[in-house]
Amino acid sequence: MNTKSLQSQKHALASGAKQLSFLSNGIFGQGGLPTFSERIAATATPVLQPQKLEILQINLGYMCNQVCSHCHVDAGPDRKEMMSRATLVQCLEILKKTSVHTLDLTGGAPEMHPDFRWFVEQASALGVADFIVRSNLTILRANKKYYDLPEFFKTHNIHVISSLPFYKKEKTDRQRGAGVFSKSIEALQQLNAVGYGKPDSKLQLDLVYNPSGAFLPGDQKALEKDYKKALKADFDVDFNQLFTITNMPISRFLEYLIASENYEEYMEALVAAFNPAALNNVMCTNTLSVRWDGFLYDCDFNQMLDIKVASPIQHLDDFDPAPLQERTICISQHCYGCTAGAGSSCQGSVV
Amino acid sequence: MKKTYYDPADLKQFKNITDWSPELGEKFFDYYNTVFKEGALSAREKSLIALAVAHTIQCPYCIDAYTQDGLKRGIDKSEMMEALHVAGAIRGGASLVHGVQMMDIYNKKSM
Repeated sequence: MNTKSLQSQKHALASGAKQLSFLSNGIFGQGGLPTFSERIAATATPVLQPQKLEILQINLGYMCNQVCSHCHVDAGPDRKEMMSRATLVQCLEILKKTSVHTLDLTGGAPEMHPDFRWFVEQASALGVADFIVRSNLTILRANKKYYDLPEFFKTHNIHVISSLPFYKKEKTDRQRGAGVFSKSIEALQQLNAVGYGKPDSKLQLDLVYNPSGAFLPGDQKALEKDYKKALKADFDVDFNQLFTITNMPISRFLEYLIASENYEEYMEALVAAFNPAALNNVMCTNTLSVRWDGFLYDCDFNQMLDIKVASPIQHLDDFDPAPLQERTICISQHCYGCTAGAGSSCQGSVV
Repeated sequence: MKKTYYDPADLKQFKNITDWSPELGEKFFDYYNTVFKEGALSAREKSLIALAVAHTIQCPYCIDAYTQDGLKRGIDKSEMMEALHVAGAIRGGASLVHGVQMMDIYNKKSM
């Protein structure tokens, strides 16, 4: 398993432009599979446009204590990109100015940002209805300075959403690194201990499942049932919901698909599973994604491919909700990942 | 004509058998889809049974389909392998249980 990001390996696929070029040629070339744009042209939603802005997803930076083999961010300890205090203040201004009801902090490991606690305190004081922190779990046990985070989350009524690719050790460690499973379980037990995920508690703890290989996720409800049964029986761990997320064919997962000669079959499976019903609920229609340097994107995946919003307003410096609302959402072949089967989003399946 | 009897791409064409006999084809797929629904047995248990049977009848299409189906359902490799050993045990047992017949004949004909 690699311990370095594609960027630090100087891998060609560290570049968004290279990934997009790969995704637009080969089997999506003439006579092969239909491009996403061609595929949706034949549906009732031939062009994707924003609905009401409800979710602000802020990527605080790409630094992470883990180097997961499927990571679409290409995050890791060697990534130094971090949102500045000035940009964080701009994000708070947006919360004041817009109808956003959900604030979604992601990374990297957002907890590693030096201003993380300060920002949570400020944003929480503004009264966001649903304040999400996407935690990789192991960070909560990585260093003593993070040990009190479950209490901190509780104080600010944070909705914790955590990745746990499987309820057994082997698959989890293979995807996320040796020892990750045990540390994740410890972190879940700590979260449970302060009330997270308990049946009689309002503190929300959701888990994210993503397939550990070149296949699509199964039924969300059935997997949730299996997770709940196994985690309770084996580790006395409770949680609220399980979200299944399809692995996007970008960044490290794209590199894996190509290296393991699974790329074509995976893309064929995504295209075959295209579901027009999922198209109506894709997250890019009610979400705005902010990069560490203040640039704006339709979603976190477009952020990693550096496909900025198609609008005269592309940066927080110029933020104005009205012109942004008029934009068309940028798409490419990776978008098949969000419309396959029951669909996929940062909140799990959408159909 | 293809140069081999089995081609993985043929699996995707399975539904085409309906073209030459729509009534029977549709009845078959309707039955097939109903069989695999959640019932007294879970869809997960049925997937494991299908995987074991696939190996018993040595159908490469079925092995491909139900290995991937199991992955999607979160069935791990130890569960898949145990299911195969159930198939192997029954298959092996089916040979060995005939040993009783062999022993009877042997004993009857021997002094």
